[in-house]
Amino acid sequence: MDNLELKRKANAVRKGIVTAVYSAQAGHPGGSLSAADIYTYLFFEEMHTGPDRIGDPDRDRFVLSKGHTCPGLYSVMAEKGYFPAEELKTFRHLGARLQGHPCMQYLPGLDMSSGSLGQGISAACGMALSAKIDHRDFRVYTLLGDGELEEGQVWEAAMFAGAKKLDNLVVIVDNNNLQIDGDITQVNNPYPIDKKFEAFNFHVINVADGHDFDQLRAAFREAKQTKGMPTAILCKTIKGKGVSYMENQAGWHGKAPNDEQYRTAMEDLDRIDAELGGAN
Amino acid sequence: MADVKKIATRESYGHALEELGAVKPEIVVLDADLKASTRTSYFAAKYPDRFFDCGIAESDMMGIAAGLATTGKIPFASTFAMFAAGRAYEQVRNSIGYPHLNVKIGATHAGITVGEDGASHQCNEDIALMRTIPGMVVMSPSDDIEARKCVKAAAEYVGPVYMRFGRYAVPVFNDPDMKFEIGKGQLVREGRDVTIIATGIEVASALDAAAELAGQGIEAEVINICTIKPIDREIITASARKTGRVVTAEEHTVIGGLGGAVAEVLGEEQPTRMLRIGINDRFGESGKAGELVAKYGLDGAGIAAKVSAFVKG
Repeated sequence: MDNLELKRKANAVRKGIVTAVYSAQAGHPGGSLSAADIYTYLFFEEMHTGPDRIGDPDRDRFVLSKGHTCPGLYSVMAEKGYFPAEELKTFRHLGARLQGHPCMQYLPGLDMSSGSLGQGISAACGMALSAKIDHRDFRVYTLLGDGELEEGQVWEAAMFAGAKKLDNLVVIVDNNNLQIDGDITQVNNPYPIDKKFEAFNFHVINVADGHDFDQLRAAFREAKQTKGMPTAILCKTIKGKGVSYMENQAGWHGKAPNDEQYRTAMEDLDRIDAELGGAN
Repeated sequence: MADVKKIATRESYGHALEELGAVKPEIVVLDADLKASTRTSYFAAKYPDRFFDCGIAESDMMGIAAGLATTGKIPFASTFAMFAAGRAYEQVRNSIGYPHLNVKIGATHAGITVGEDGASHQCNEDIALMRTIPGMVVMSPSDDIEARKCVKAAAEYVGPVYMRFGRYAVPVFNDPDMKFEIGKGQLVREGRDVTIIATGIEVASALDAAAELAGQGIEAEVINICTIKPIDREIITASARKTGRVVTAEEHTVIGGLGGAVAEVLGEEQPTRMLRIGINDRFGESGKAGELVAKYGLDGAGIAAKVSAFVKG
């Protein structure tokens, strides 16, 4: 996909996020929107996976360590054809496959259940280790929040990945700088993030704009060429990206828009479609 | 059972893994810097490509095991019960239990018979913790023979399993040809006056107690419950119906473990007077394993004294 197609796709993913959270009247739009371009790049450019490869032992794996931003994952999965986009409206409803946090028992196509922060990265390490044991070529991608880096288990897993030289593992950090209680530097400062991952024997790539597909492309290519150590791609992003009133607002971490806010959000995203010369 | 050969069930765990390694290539063994103690060192020596030391990071180890299981491996995650069930409880619940992954947890050094290390390492709460996790099988084998069969059954079973092993050498009393089935209790001694339902190392103690009680004219029935979840409701209710008195014995807190599980069954199906023998809502302490077993009334004499008073009371 070229950048324009990716941008249109990402905007469709954002509309799905807003729709899912609005329909549920619950959920986490901020960190879903900040990672929408990352989700889009992973599922449409980077990973060898898709609804036709469920159960394929050689597919690439994705673990959403920051499981609360599953509206983003569900939305990109719908775009990818795992299920109809209409199902996004069932998010968090009783009986839905789209649970509040991802559960592989409910939704085929999920590589791991997640939601309790800090745990997904460990499971991703296990998957990457399995590929090494069997000399398989699949790669494992896991997306973490920056606030999530406060969980000690993240660093247990990072130490393991570095020690075992899991170069088939890519840890992506959605560095939107905000967590529930506010600015991450005010809550319990995880910076410097790059030096920490370096110290844990990762190859570290800083992406100055995690919404720029050229930068994402360059980073993931570099990760693929990195041998003998895992890669951490640290993406600077804007929480709530794409929805005017949600951008850079910690308050939109875990809150659903009301009717009027929903209309405004969709107008914002329609405007982006228009700028891109039409919807996806 | 003073004259019987004694083996610690952690030893059985290590040997069973070593044997399974030859026939099940999907088995991967993880440890958290305790391979000499958990005896996974036997597997590690033979199958170094399928053994991974995760270091002192039990929470991470449980997640790694979960990730391995999603790819079709059968991981055995091994550490002390304190860290497997205690420290990593939430990882076991959310990363293994909730997605119902095929992970086997080998928890050694359970209970007070850890001995000299003292209360910080004596996990008397693991059965209670683990059996609250939906879909988790919880097993506590009684001797070397049963422990080996338990590990092999766990490897065949698809789904999460928690296995509890000890550091303390205990009598090998089971028939080498005993039939082992997950979820099935075993009648090890028939009696009419009282039922002693025991698990783990307390089964041998219960048999000792039964022998002593026989001398007092009390015929105790002894039931070995290796699988605490799912528990064998039939064998428990049938024996309770027969004897009318049930005593549970476990090297574990009396809250929520075997005693709790049996009380739940009997309360619903066959209300019966009960006595729970175990650790009475307290922490352990340093000492030799045998000294602690005696002090806490978990040896044959201790159980016999309590059962005798219970029957006469």
